[in-house]
Amino acid sequence: MSLADRIPYAKLIGLEVERRADGIVCRLPFQPGIVGNARLPAVHGGVIGSFLEMTALLGLLDEAGGGRIPRPINFSTNFLRSAGPVETLGRAEIVKRGRRIANVRVVAWQDDPGKPVAAGVGNFLLQQGDGRESRPER
Amino acid sequence: MSQAYAVAPLFGENRSEFVDSVPHCRTLGIECLRVGPCTATLKIPYRPELVGDPERGVVFGGVITTLLDQAGGAATLCSLSELVTIATIDLRIDYLRDAEPGHDLFGRAECYKRTRSVGFVRGKAWDRDPDDPFAHCIATFMLGSTPVEHPLARIVAEQAS
Repeated sequence: MSLADRIPYAKLIGLEVERRADGIVCRLPFQPGIVGNARLPAVHGGVIGSFLEMTALLGLLDEAGGGRIPRPINFSTNFLRSAGPVETLGRAEIVKRGRRIANVRVVAWQDDPGKPVAAGVGNFLLQQGDGRESRPER
Repeated sequence: MSQAYAVAPLFGENRSEFVDSVPHCRTLGIECLRVGPCTATLKIPYRPELVGDPERGVVFGGVITTLLDQAGGAATLCSLSELVTIATIDLRIDYLRDAEPGHDLFGRAECYKRTRSVGFVRGKAWDRDPDDPFAHCIATFMLGSTPVEHPLARIVAEQAS
């Protein structure tokens, strides 16, 4: 089962994972269902944010070689350029993986890696293998 | 406080105009429950395809981003005195706890400050109880992002006459 297959929402937005020599690149093919502004058209900001967060998660899972899916504490997205009706690519950089928390930066681009459409950063809670971290307090 | 809100003719319940023209909102089934001065409340019905972690059955965080981005944009539109296009500058979501698996999700945003160029928004998302949110959001929106007419302008004019 590939990385993206573990996450149903990844399948809904059509996310794919490509393995490169220096890590993974996530790809978001364009489809009409991800459009926000129909006039331009532009990919919906929420889809871009989701794609960035997904890329961060998959980057953490890839680096760990699998394991439990990390839980986001927060995620911040900066929208830099309108994302047009073409494929979007994303790459994550793990800034710091601690024992319990990881900080991950992500960038997304389309035709030109030098002109990113969005950038994000998130903090993730790393779940222990036995699932002890799972149940939230209310 | 009396102030002419540009989309005042659309204030009220079940104003689907705020999501109708947005293809991804149709994909997710997002509904606009209520809009008023500087505020908007939206809903995403639960579907298994929205899940992030199948072990926990929790909707993926990015779906909440979409819900609150859309609510924030709608709230910003509801703060304008002149209808212009808007675009998100940035958006941060804090996940306070897991969303309840299987539950419909709700998001409410408020544009609490608007300058000539920027709308400042805060929002929250909940499942059972709006006073027990599972996510908080802060965001900023650029006003007048493109020189073209806003898609809602025609609808507002029709409702007003």
